[in-house]
Amino acid sequence: MASSSSAAGAAAGGGVGEQRGSPSTSVSERMQKSLEDSVETLLGAFASAANQHTTSLLLELWRDEHVKYLKKGYQHLSSTYSVLDSSRPWLCYWILHSLAMLNQHYSSAVCYRSIDFLSRCQDKHGGYGGGPGQMPHLATTYAAVNALVTMGGEKALASIDREKTLQFFLRMKQPFGGFRMHDEGEIDVRGCYTAVSVAHILDIMVPELLENIPEYICSCQTYEGGIGGEPGAEAHGGYTYCGLATLALMNRVDVLDLPSLVNWVVFRQGAVEGGFQGRTNKLVDGCYSFWQGGVFSLLQRMMPELISQQEGWNGPLLAASQGFSSMSDASNCVEEVAGDETEGSVDVEKEKRTSQRPTVINQFMSTDDQLLYGPLFNAQALQGYILLCCQVLEGGLRDKPKKSADYYHTCYCLSGLTLAQDSASHRINAPPPPRAVLGPYSNLLEPVHPLCNVVLRRYYEAVRFFRHSPPVASYLG
Amino acid sequence: MDREEGEDWEPLRARAAWADVVPIPQDDGPRPVVPIAYTDQFREVMDYFRAILAKDERSSRALELTAEVIALNSANYTVWHFRRLVLEALRSNLEEELDFIESVAENNFKNYQIWHHRRWVAQKLGVGAVSGELEFTEIVLLDDAKNYHAWSHRQWVLQELGGWEGELDFCSRLLEKDVYNNSAWNQRYFVVTKSPLIGGLQAMREHEVHYCVDAIKAAPMNESPWRYLRGLFKGDQDALAHNPLVVAACIEEIRKDASCVQALSLLVDLLCAGFRPTPSDTELLHQPVSSPADLASNVCTHLENVDAMRARYWAWRRSLLPSTTPVS
Ligand SMILES: [Zn+2]
Repeated sequence: MASSSSAAGAAAGGGVGEQRGSPSTSVSERMQKSLEDSVETLLGAFASAANQHTTSLLLELWRDEHVKYLKKGYQHLSSTYSVLDSSRPWLCYWILHSLAMLNQHYSSAVCYRSIDFLSRCQDKHGGYGGGPGQMPHLATTYAAVNALVTMGGEKALASIDREKTLQFFLRMKQPFGGFRMHDEGEIDVRGCYTAVSVAHILDIMVPELLENIPEYICSCQTYEGGIGGEPGAEAHGGYTYCGLATLALMNRVDVLDLPSLVNWVVFRQGAVEGGFQGRTNKLVDGCYSFWQGGVFSLLQRMMPELISQQEGWNGPLLAASQGFSSMSDASNCVEEVAGDETEGSVDVEKEKRTSQRPTVINQFMSTDDQLLYGPLFNAQALQGYILLCCQVLEGGLRDKPKKSADYYHTCYCLSGLTLAQDSASHRINAPPPPRAVLGPYSNLLEPVHPLCNVVLRRYYEAVRFFRHSPPVASYLG
Repeated sequence: MDREEGEDWEPLRARAAWADVVPIPQDDGPRPVVPIAYTDQFREVMDYFRAILAKDERSSRALELTAEVIALNSANYTVWHFRRLVLEALRSNLEEELDFIESVAENNFKNYQIWHHRRWVAQKLGVGAVSGELEFTEIVLLDDAKNYHAWSHRQWVLQELGGWEGELDFCSRLLEKDVYNNSAWNQRYFVVTKSPLIGGLQAMREHEVHYCVDAIKAAPMNESPWRYLRGLFKGDQDALAHNPLVVAACIEEIRKDASCVQALSLLVDLLCAGFRPTPSDTELLHQPVSSPADLASNVCTHLENVDAMRARYWAWRRSLLPSTTPVS
């Protein structure tokens, strides 16, 4: 791998290292160059395609192959999957959610078997474990609940013990705001997200559960702008999504420094590849299409808060520009007055926006909300990376060229793809215009809820179902 | 590479020491979904583990059995958890447990469970574990310099048990090897802001700005030091905008290369934070401007071209700039 990459680097020439005339290139540079080469080969084949028919063909989502790959795994996994023996609800979710995005319906027999299996993973004291008889774990609880929500129907939803799930969450809750992933387990930002996302769907968001979460997540935002797994840790796409989504679910995104978060996340999109990297100077990876792409979907729905923070940042510039007489011509008196007026009107505008600011969560709940702002990332380029670099001919999607497909990457590549397609919609729950969908319009996937990552219509069904369930009260006792 | 199944593995049902135990099969139901085609060894080891777990047997044979399960699936958190209960019950030698972790992990230091277990052991061992843990993470990072868990563990050791003395040098060494290693930059920030021996961000700022500017000059496209530079002024944008070293480095890189995205991006932020450019600075992009806001707007427009992937972001940044000079 290393030898082939340096050979490719030498042949192509003009890499980052050569440009600055450095005598030796670092590991990071060599790996980046090697990936860019293989991506450029794939994108190049597309760019040199003779006509529109060919380009459309190259950009096609291989639905049948992916469906076949997913259905096969749901019925049989080889012994190499033994390392995922403690993640079986995840396998259920990755596969069912991928199939749902591909608009595939499952037979009632499959639903019945899935509910039966997941019930065997549900602990008698609440929460779901990685398999039957395993300890309950926050991540597999999230996966199991999302799998059941994705299947939908009363039987699936009613199989979740809300009351005990809440008791489990409260047992994992730490006074400073974080959550243990399991009894005596590790604590990180994933815990907040998995607990709060499930609590939101099940309508068990009691105050004790939410206490100090904003402070904890805030302490994990790094100097780079993204969020790390625990205080001090490096900014990372997965944790940034988890942290931001948690706060959005709580309607507390105001505690974050959003301008620096946005600035960090826009730079995670590879200038050549179009896909997202998880951290600064790492290689792009298909799964971050969702983790980082999802951050943009969330930001798109919290633009009033983001804009007001960004304008706050720009404050000193306004002052500096008004006092900037040395370069201005004689007309600057007029401009200064105009400037004052602008400042005044900006404040009024800001005031108006603050008072009318729609809560973030409302933006996600309502079925016909307007999306006033387009995405802040390049949604077309992301779709290009997923379609051209992540699809595997035998079915399934992958991290990057030369890797093989797996269910995790299939799920998160497709989740990122549907969010990217949807980012140009003007309305939540309305199909995007054809130009927003890269490739043939038949590539369009089912829309997903960007906070919980389940298909939208199943999300509404579950929320309706649990809002009409009797309130949980026993946690008080 | 993997040991062939069954070659030198004696089935538990054939071992005299396990004759009294009735294995418990997995309660998968009649037609489970996502069924894994377990090897016979995997299935049997798990069946015996379930039996021991059900009895809550905290014995030395139980400890050995958890090792067998972990060898087959080191992500099984239930087994690790139970192993800790057994270790406590047996008052086992925890130094040996560190060796066990290393033998399990070999080249796989990517799962949460191994590192969580390691943290638990180190916590029990206390201050005496410091040098061993720093050495251990260093070895892992030698092979995989951006291993997230290894860095988290290292930070935990430093904060919980100490060992800060050589940490800034350690960061410098790693950055010397690979100045693009953002994890090492993050660790550097961690040391500068958290080490009790250094005096904090304020005291270190000037020193770090110099370090950073040198790194930028060596590799202007490297995003890491640019972010670190901003980080040094976190919460004090005014000081950033008025630091002569920062400003000079930024302007110089743009003069050298007018398409240096990182420098242009910092310039926008400097302007937003109140940096007042000199008349010669304002001619950087060879367009006349009448105010800093005007310059910021021009730089954003320029970035929309030279950093096309982020064109939407730069257009958005531009749209939020105060407009003191309406376009005539
Ligand atoms: Zn990945």
